[in-house]
Amino acid sequence: MLNEADIATLWLTFKVASIATVLMLLLGTPLAWWLARTQSRMKGIANALVALPLVLPPSVLGFYLLVLMGPKGLVGRLTTELGLGTLPFTFAGLVVASVLYSLPFVVQPLQTAFAAIGERPLEAAATLRASPLDTFFSVVMPLARPGFLTATILGFAHTVGEFGVVLMVGGNIPDKTRVVSVQIYNHVEALEYEQAHWLAGGLLVFSFTVLLLMYSVLKTQPVAHPIK
Amino acid sequence: MTQPITARFQLQFANFQLAVDLSLPGAGITVLFGHSGSGKTTLLRCIAGLQRAPQGFLQINGNTWQDSESDFFLPTHKRSLGYVFQEASLFPHLTVAENLQFGLKRIAKSSANVNLQQTLELLGIEHLLSRMPERLSGGERQRVAIARALALNPEILLMDEPLASLDAKRKQELLPYFMRLHQELHIPILYVTHSQQEVAQLADYLVILAEGKVVATGSLPETLSRLDLPLSQDQQAATVWEGKIIGHELDYHLTRAAFEGEMLSLPAIDAEIGSPLRVQIFARDVSIALEAPKASSILNVLAATISGLVDDQAGQSLVQLKVSKQFLLALITRKSRLLLGLQIGMAVYVQIKGTSILN
Repeated sequence: MLNEADIATLWLTFKVASIATVLMLLLGTPLAWWLARTQSRMKGIANALVALPLVLPPSVLGFYLLVLMGPKGLVGRLTTELGLGTLPFTFAGLVVASVLYSLPFVVQPLQTAFAAIGERPLEAAATLRASPLDTFFSVVMPLARPGFLTATILGFAHTVGEFGVVLMVGGNIPDKTRVVSVQIYNHVEALEYEQAHWLAGGLLVFSFTVLLLMYSVLKTQPVAHPIK
Repeated sequence: MTQPITARFQLQFANFQLAVDLSLPGAGITVLFGHSGSGKTTLLRCIAGLQRAPQGFLQINGNTWQDSESDFFLPTHKRSLGYVFQEASLFPHLTVAENLQFGLKRIAKSSANVNLQQTLELLGIEHLLSRMPERLSGGERQRVAIARALALNPEILLMDEPLASLDAKRKQELLPYFMRLHQELHIPILYVTHSQQEVAQLADYLVILAEGKVVATGSLPETLSRLDLPLSQDQQAATVWEGKIIGHELDYHLTRAAFEGEMLSLPAIDAEIGSPLRVQIFARDVSIALEAPKASSILNVLAATISGLVDDQAGQSLVQLKVSKQFLLALITRKSRLLLGLQIGMAVYVQIKGTSILN
């Protein structure tokens, strides 16, 4: 069965994933909106940057984050200057790394949902006296609801499942940065296969349930409403 | 006299240029007519502020909406307008009632349409209020979209081919509502279309556009009868007369109507004496005689003077005739024109074989 240390890693994983998901939605929504609508030449670069974690080995991303946030890195010097210390091997650092790592899983469904809405509902709202911000909340958000649902679920689930970035940036510190995936690794290293099974099986069931839930909800709620 | 609407725009796209300078009446339906690519929709979008012309000046009833000289551009959501798109563009996540409320919630109560109930009745949509847009027919959707625009009591109503996405049956179902709007609204309506039939049925004032430029403007009867415009160079060429019903001949199933002093017998119309009406007279239904026919089955024979003549390349001649103060077009063969020796200024008689009543 799960021991106390295992339960602590579960709780920590849940905390990291929840906070990271909220941050990703806050950051990702304006970013996805911009990407869905801009004609700017920067769009290609921005798209590539956001998608980078999809193809990059997590250890590469983790390595650069470690360097960047370390005492000699640009971000590290800034956080030290601000009196926050350095971020690697802290809970905050883990959250920052998770946000960057899982961001494409939030931005891409939102971007697709926003693009599917098209120009017309926005124009209709403008002719009905709604300001652009008002339109975003009263028309875009409700129409993009399936996109938000997908983004939230994928962002959360992907953060729960990260390993490489966590190990590089967070390390393996109990109650601070030791998440489930790292704990599984620890158990396997120590040949505690039964413990590993409980956690690994748990994650497997969790991931499957989440995806099943998402697809069944999306089935009843088409991604893009046709506007007629 | 300065007109209530002044619109000047210059706009350059990759392979299209819009350059217009218009003064338009402050009431009735002004139709912006042209083929696709003529710039009629772009012009409407510039007026709505959905498209920003780099150089533009727009004034509606004394309120400036755009003045590029002083870098002033009022965003669409601050303009007192109603806009009806080609597709109804209702918000799919809101019921009909919520769609109608969408704009109302965002304007001062004082400027809302106090007669919303009347608008609902006018468009026949009271029974649809609790429905979702996806459960409406195309015609119903478009009626809700019009009501949604009118609910805001706008200073001007802009309509971009509101019938174009509907099939012929739905069009027929919707046209009567437009005619009622025409009679009951006191705001100017700018109506974009490429359909000659809609022009004949709805327009009071016509703006003809081609390749981003204004080709002609004027009242409907005047512009329809001009020989130099594309509308007359068409098999469907027709003039429109506006008049009043002056009597019925029930025995014969006929109605008599007066048009600027000229009288026509028409198929019976179920309307009171004094009611206004509009008839369309196709050029192909008008024939010309040098003398008043003594015995003819054709009821409508009028004295006319030839005021214009033009031959086409296919053996036909288009003749413009003046009947009292009104104009008629007649499409005859070039051979007939030569045999009769028709010339500008000649007094002739016209026989009208058929008319179609537009309202």
